[in-house]
Amino acid sequence: MAKFVEFKQVSHTYITEQGTPVPALNDVNFSIDKHQFVAVVGPSGCGKSTLLRLLSGLIPASEGLVNVYGHAVTEPREDVGIVFQKPTLLPWLSILDNVLFPLKHKYNFVSVKDKKRAIGLIEMVGLGDFLGQKPEELSGGMQQRIGIARALLLDPDILIMDEPFSALDALSREEMGFELQRIWQEKPKTVLFITHSISEAVLLADKVLIMSHRPGTIAQELDIDLARPRDIDTINDPQFAKYTNIIRKHIYQPKQVSPNPQSENDSPLKTVA
Amino acid sequence: MLTFIRRHSPTLSLLMILPLWQLVCVLADVPSYIFPSPSAIFEAFFNVELSRWFGHLWATLYIAILGFIIAIGLSIPIAIIMVRSDYLNRTLYPILVVVQSTPVVAIAPLLIVILGTGDAPRLAITFLISFFPLVVATTTGLQATPKELIELSKSLRAKPSREIWQIRLPFAVPYIFSGLKVAITLAIIGAVIAEFVAAEKGLGYFIQFSTSYFKIPQAFASLMLLSVISLLLFNSIKLIQKTFFAWSIGK
Repeated sequence: MAKFVEFKQVSHTYITEQGTPVPALNDVNFSIDKHQFVAVVGPSGCGKSTLLRLLSGLIPASEGLVNVYGHAVTEPREDVGIVFQKPTLLPWLSILDNVLFPLKHKYNFVSVKDKKRAIGLIEMVGLGDFLGQKPEELSGGMQQRIGIARALLLDPDILIMDEPFSALDALSREEMGFELQRIWQEKPKTVLFITHSISEAVLLADKVLIMSHRPGTIAQELDIDLARPRDIDTINDPQFAKYTNIIRKHIYQPKQVSPNPQSENDSPLKTVA
Repeated sequence: MLTFIRRHSPTLSLLMILPLWQLVCVLADVPSYIFPSPSAIFEAFFNVELSRWFGHLWATLYIAILGFIIAIGLSIPIAIIMVRSDYLNRTLYPILVVVQSTPVVAIAPLLIVILGTGDAPRLAITFLISFFPLVVATTTGLQATPKELIELSKSLRAKPSREIWQIRLPFAVPYIFSGLKVAITLAIIGAVIAEFVAAEKGLGYFIQFSTSYFKIPQAFASLMLLSVISLLLFNSIKLIQKTFFAWSIGK
């Protein structure tokens, strides 16, 4: 299969307002095949979100190449759908208009056909009865489903999801995972799924990229060879436990304590007289 | 009955002050040219013909509302410009702060000299006093937009003007309305200040006129009318928000 997405020796450094450089990514190399579901796990602050912004073209890489279908990403890409951590729907628009928003925003025009498609997407995420409602009338999980429908409206080749279920409770989170798998099988997309849940990554992905501490780099690529569709029973599969253990070991490596000679004396138990 | 009391408790508590006020004035035998009782104020109110009241009321209201509209018309574009351009933000904002921190009451006589005695100086004073809270509220609102939506807009490569119209401005609506509520009461204050300096009509002028002739109950009556008008305008802003932007009122 063709290499659909490629990161070649990508490094990225942010410059803070004070002018100090903060390295976020260091020498990241990986590729994603067409319609592959790739999850990225790693400790917080390891540059996962930077990865997302690089792929969507929102920020240019400081070093290295980001390629989609052999073309370098140099500006924001329209064929990328983004699902954010929070649903970030527009509170003044109905559910239908929220899903239609990308079209309305881009072309200031929405055809009857577009409307039908949007309704189809909302039905696909199981919320066909809520078209006229306002976002605040929906639960967090329902709002995130609408966020997914909105990301699919322009029928993007690539779907980027930035910890999309992290704001949900554990039960809806699991349910949404299976829901996403169903949607992905119905409408195959190349998915970059950022998460900090190890089991979520293994359950959903074809391939898991494990990232190390800042500055983030890919510590290991792990192909997940579990049959699809995956369901509750997959979690009990011994293979599943094996995969999650590999990832866990990578992430919970003992943190390196920065050499600081004073730290021994700065014990919190010691009180100032 | 109980729910009626609960619903109208703010109004009722205000009305409760009136008999108390009357009682104090009667018992302490305060002369009405120093501190009039409510009954004296009512009497003074009806001693003036309604058409005269309307004339003064309209003069004040006209300046206040027109000045308020000018303030809206200028402050929202200024806020948009300041959010869009970092450079203009850095250059315009200090100027606005300097203008705001100069007491309007102190500039008022100068403005009359510069702009003459027509509506222009009055509108300028009203505008100056009411536009700053609007600029601050609108700027804060425009900047409070979730950055995800700005990224969505960028990734769609939509026209920058649509980012303002379809995302940032609607998100700023709750902020703009709190600015409007502050600004409308300030606009009335501005109109009255202008009348204090130079005018031959208006409720502020009428207060000054009445006090200089020791018609204190009449001055109090105009003052009451001013408060009522201010309150009505404030509530009509609330009503506009409730009617057209119901989603922007928090749960």
